[in-house]
Amino acid sequence: MTNGVSVELNDLTRVYGSVKALDGLTLHIEPGELVALLGPSGCGKTTALRILAGLDEATSGTVSVDGKDLTRVSANKRDMGMVFQAYSLFPHLTVIDNVGFGLKMRGKDKGQRVSRADEMLELVGLTAHRNKYASELSGGQQQRVALARALAIQPRVLLLDEPLSALDAKVRVQLRDEIRRVQLEVGTTTLFVTHDQEEALAVADRVGVMSQGKLEQLAAPAELYANPATPFVAEFVGLNNKVPAEVSDGRARLLGASVPALTGSVASGGGLAMVRPESVTVEADPSGTASVTSVAFLGPISRVHLTLADGTAVGAQMASSAARAFTPGDRVTVGVEPSGVLVVAS
Amino acid sequence: MRKTTLGGKAFRAVLFVAFGLFFLFPLYAMADFSTRNLIAGGRTLQAWKNLVADEALYAAIVISLLLAVFTVVLMLLILVPTMIWVRLRAPWARGLVEFLCLLPLTIPALVIVVGLRNVYLWVTYFLGESALTLTFVYVVLVLPFAYRAIDAALSAIDLKTLSEAARSLGAGWATTIGRVVVPNIWSGILSAAFISIAVVLGEYTIASLSGYETLQVQIVLIGKSDGPTSVAASLATLVFGFVLLLILALVTRGKRRDTAGADPAVAAPTTATQPGVPT
Repeated sequence: MTNGVSVELNDLTRVYGSVKALDGLTLHIEPGELVALLGPSGCGKTTALRILAGLDEATSGTVSVDGKDLTRVSANKRDMGMVFQAYSLFPHLTVIDNVGFGLKMRGKDKGQRVSRADEMLELVGLTAHRNKYASELSGGQQQRVALARALAIQPRVLLLDEPLSALDAKVRVQLRDEIRRVQLEVGTTTLFVTHDQEEALAVADRVGVMSQGKLEQLAAPAELYANPATPFVAEFVGLNNKVPAEVSDGRARLLGASVPALTGSVASGGGLAMVRPESVTVEADPSGTASVTSVAFLGPISRVHLTLADGTAVGAQMASSAARAFTPGDRVTVGVEPSGVLVVAS
Repeated sequence: MRKTTLGGKAFRAVLFVAFGLFFLFPLYAMADFSTRNLIAGGRTLQAWKNLVADEALYAAIVISLLLAVFTVVLMLLILVPTMIWVRLRAPWARGLVEFLCLLPLTIPALVIVVGLRNVYLWVTYFLGESALTLTFVYVVLVLPFAYRAIDAALSAIDLKTLSEAARSLGAGWATTIGRVVVPNIWSGILSAAFISIAVVLGEYTIASLSGYETLQVQIVLIGKSDGPTSVAASLATLVFGFVLLLILALVTRGKRRDTAGADPAVAAPTTATQPGVPT
């Protein structure tokens, strides 16, 4: 079911004193789509979301929802549901009254409010807690109620501002999956802001990577991971090794292999190829020129740290069962899988 | 929970009784004096009856109570929205507002009266010669106490996130303040109100120097001719103040118990993150 609307942020700039938080950000979100804005602290992702919500004003640029310009419309008239990073339930109201608050603001009578709020609480699995106060709920439950409250008003756009960052790891994954399930169920156009790449890749239809107020790349998670458009994206999305490479005729030669050079790579000559740890292959070879520095056990997978003949440090990721074959000091041959790599100037 | 030893309990009981006697003895003495028949001997409630029967005293009581109510209402109308606005929209002005609010503490009442004389010429020109015009100066006088109480309450909540949540759900500014912020700083507002009432009911210097007959001025006047009635009025004012503070203590204790009542195993901290920092 899709009942979402399109969202357009056009050439948004936001300047705080001498700091440019947003620098000409343009982002179009399709109806019913979930777009995640990903980036490090201070990259401008939360500022973009707050401008869309009407909680901050752009220095220049426009915000349109469903083709209508909302740039000068105040936050309470934008019809957007928002879940905040900090717990934001009203402490003096019960769960059911929190969820019904937005409906009360819209003049709905008590019967309608209770009925809709119960429906939303059922959606997030918290019907049993309807008469509790926020202080009686866990962090995960509070964020679930906040999600129900944001959705109760049937918002045109759902805004999620790092809603999982205050939660512990296990609850985070559970709630992340739940947010996606609920979003798909109600079909609301959603903007999700996070600094956690795993979170963004797991829930979003498309992920926008931001750096210094600009959108570096906007693409589907798999596309973003396989074909990073810029060195920043390659580095931020996934851990990367920088291995010396030679580029000619659209191919990069590195670690004894020839692989396609991705768009955005240097045209020709030497550079540094950004190789993901899972693309690095390692073979035990007593006459190999590389050696194992250390092996880090991470549960189902392990990371093998290697030193190449020229002294370059490289990390390889593999199943823990395969990594058991290696111990520090072993001589090995290091290769690379034939997927494309981005080669940047060294 | 820490266990209290028997010795500790006994020590606390002794302290409690000692301080209780220390504070209650003057009140007992006032009650005793105000019910004593100084001429014929024995007991009489004439002094207490005079509180209502003496027209000038009764009028002064009414004036003082009205002054307390008007001062509280005007103070809350000015201070609560200002402090919320400063915290949300003009945090740079917080130090200035705090300084201005605390300033009356440092200025002697006599200086205030002299300084306000010219201003009050205009106040009386527009509003007439009523003791109720003291409301304006009393609002200034209670600012330091009220500011502290409301500031503490505002610091205890995540004002920015709560108000943004309310606004994103469709609430205008007035609704956000009235339905979300005020209920969550209610104990601070009550503290500010009760402390202001206590200050207004205890204020003598400004009213006397300005020539208005408030309760305190009347008490001093009556005290010169009718000791027991003056003491009865003083005791009534004190008891009224104590009752207000008792209500305040009960209300705030109730609030604390509500918060502490949550199961610590499931209750989450409300300020786990730095909210609202744009990234």
